[in-house]
Amino acid sequence: MELKTLTFLVVGATFALYIWIAIKARAITTSDFYVAGKGIHPILNGMATGADWMSAASFISMAGLIAFKGYDASVYLMGWTGGYVLLAMLLAPYLRKYGKFTVPEFIGDRFYSNTARMVAIICLITASITYVIGQMKGIGVAFSRFLEVDFATGLFAGMAIVFIYAVFGGMKGITYTQIAQYCVLIFAYTVPAIFISLQLTGNPIPQLGLGSTMADGSGMYLLDKLDLICQDLGFAQFTAQKSSTLNIFLLTMSLMIGTAGLPHVITRFFTVPKVRDARSSAGWALVFIAILYTTAPAVGAMARLNLMETIQTGEIGAPEGNLAYAEVPSWFTNWENTGLLEFEDKNNDGRIQYYGPGIADEAERYGWQGNEMVKVDRDIMVLANPEIAGLPNWVIALVAAGGIAAALSTAAGLLLAISSAISHDLLKGIFMPQINEKQELLASRLAMAGAIVVAGLLGLNPPGFAAQVVALAFGLAASSIFPALMLGIFAKSVNNKGAISGMLTGLGTTVIYIFWFKGWLFIPGTAMAPDNAANWWFGISPESFGAVGALFNFLVALIVSGFTTPPPEHIQHLVEDIRVPRGADLAVDH
Amino acid sequence: MKSASEYWRRNLRLVIACIIVWFVVSFGFGIILVDVMNNISLGGYKLGFWFAQQGSIYIFVGLIFFYVKRMNKLDREFDVHED
Repeated sequence: MELKTLTFLVVGATFALYIWIAIKARAITTSDFYVAGKGIHPILNGMATGADWMSAASFISMAGLIAFKGYDASVYLMGWTGGYVLLAMLLAPYLRKYGKFTVPEFIGDRFYSNTARMVAIICLITASITYVIGQMKGIGVAFSRFLEVDFATGLFAGMAIVFIYAVFGGMKGITYTQIAQYCVLIFAYTVPAIFISLQLTGNPIPQLGLGSTMADGSGMYLLDKLDLICQDLGFAQFTAQKSSTLNIFLLTMSLMIGTAGLPHVITRFFTVPKVRDARSSAGWALVFIAILYTTAPAVGAMARLNLMETIQTGEIGAPEGNLAYAEVPSWFTNWENTGLLEFEDKNNDGRIQYYGPGIADEAERYGWQGNEMVKVDRDIMVLANPEIAGLPNWVIALVAAGGIAAALSTAAGLLLAISSAISHDLLKGIFMPQINEKQELLASRLAMAGAIVVAGLLGLNPPGFAAQVVALAFGLAASSIFPALMLGIFAKSVNNKGAISGMLTGLGTTVIYIFWFKGWLFIPGTAMAPDNAANWWFGISPESFGAVGALFNFLVALIVSGFTTPPPEHIQHLVEDIRVPRGADLAVDH
Repeated sequence: MKSASEYWRRNLRLVIACIIVWFVVSFGFGIILVDVMNNISLGGYKLGFWFAQQGSIYIFVGLIFFYVKRMNKLDREFDVHED
């Protein structure tokens, strides 16, 4: 069967499944809409959290970044898993014990201030919208490929689907759908990885294949061979470190504490029956996430190897050593149509030269006039990978369905967090306490629709690859929400003024630092300085700044609290109460 | 009846121990000491690279379940567990 028809069939079938589940589990009450009745088993909740968590950034973008950045992309691997350790030990059980719907609600109560709640809402919306922009980029890539249209059209198609999908169901619908989505996405991710690992190394387990010898009889380890080819073609070695240790350290830290501060993930831990379950839910979530995250390095490395070997078919420098453009495989042409892959025959020899700056002198001797793969969008690698490896069409269709599942599930979870912040915290909690449940639900659906439009439009000109945009969102969450939550639980002495000034400092410095180099509201052309190491403050990249913002947040909160009135006694009792599991309200009535 | 402050102290001690392991395997072996660790190999992996892209993730998973087990025990010991 033709690939396009097959893709439509597979994607259509998975959609039918999600919609069927969503209808079966429609949200009836407000509490259902936000937290699924607090009655979900830790293993299932862990699976749903995994789907919620693993977005277009993890599924579509991350392995592509690993393919091109090698060791440096470890930041995403460690950053997006290590945060769960913090979540399980520092936040989840205590927030579950407190037993409210949303993060701003906890911050507002713990710091006994509606202003604190407002500030938390602003932090939450800023981080979540940025995150949705990253998803939109991923959705645009997936849809543009499988509908065979340009990126912008793909993005609009994706927006329409997300709109219908997220506005339709609430958390309960989403939770069960996300379990199905997890199964689809993990199957779609691991199947091609297993095939490719078998092809290249003879070992069906990608995690082991990456550390094995090549099956081509050379007896060379795969990673050594990859390092060698990278070097021969003038690129940096795959396993070598390229950016500064400081940036790698700070970015990993930002992603870790951002993970623990992202509202749509934290909300997940309000949905388990007990405090004990909140702890183990984080563990189960990480198990399900780790399956994809430990496979990703193999996918990235093997995709890079296959890509280079597809183009450099023979000896480097030999006239016939490079792939002739007339003979490119169909995946190449298909991705060229989306505008995400571009080739330019600089030396008019009809062949493709793909090389790095390391062999500039030799290249001149060969008559090469520059790298001719002028654009290889990192976000296409996972989707293109099975095609590059020549896997059957059904595998390719499956990967498209998986990528869309990943992007949809996360976008839906984030939109829910945004909409609940607006309808539940902002309207019901602060401005219009008299509205009834129905009006609150309506407001939340309108807020979702608005967020989709804003994120979609900003997603047209994303400030980076999906994973990089998402990294910015983590920086924002890291610098604003995580410190406030942690101090709220672990430092009884932190008061309203401390928390508010801390959050504002953290978010403010991080937002300004990011916009300074990425453009105000990410609008192209409005950046104040070129985004490169020479301009960065102490060489810290905007993606990594969240950890610094968080440090400012902690310091300011502690210092201000030290000079102002300590929190009232009932707040101190509240903190003591959330520190012990017993007495968590057992609201398991659904 | 054991005191709440003692329970909290024991909790903090456990969390700090886990956080140290968390820090050492990722930031330590995977980032700061990566070059030193890379002199050792594990199959086709250089060890520092392995910690950064594989090992730290496995250890994170183990760490959370270790913490869960110890906390559940601690809850019972101080009689603050649920139901």
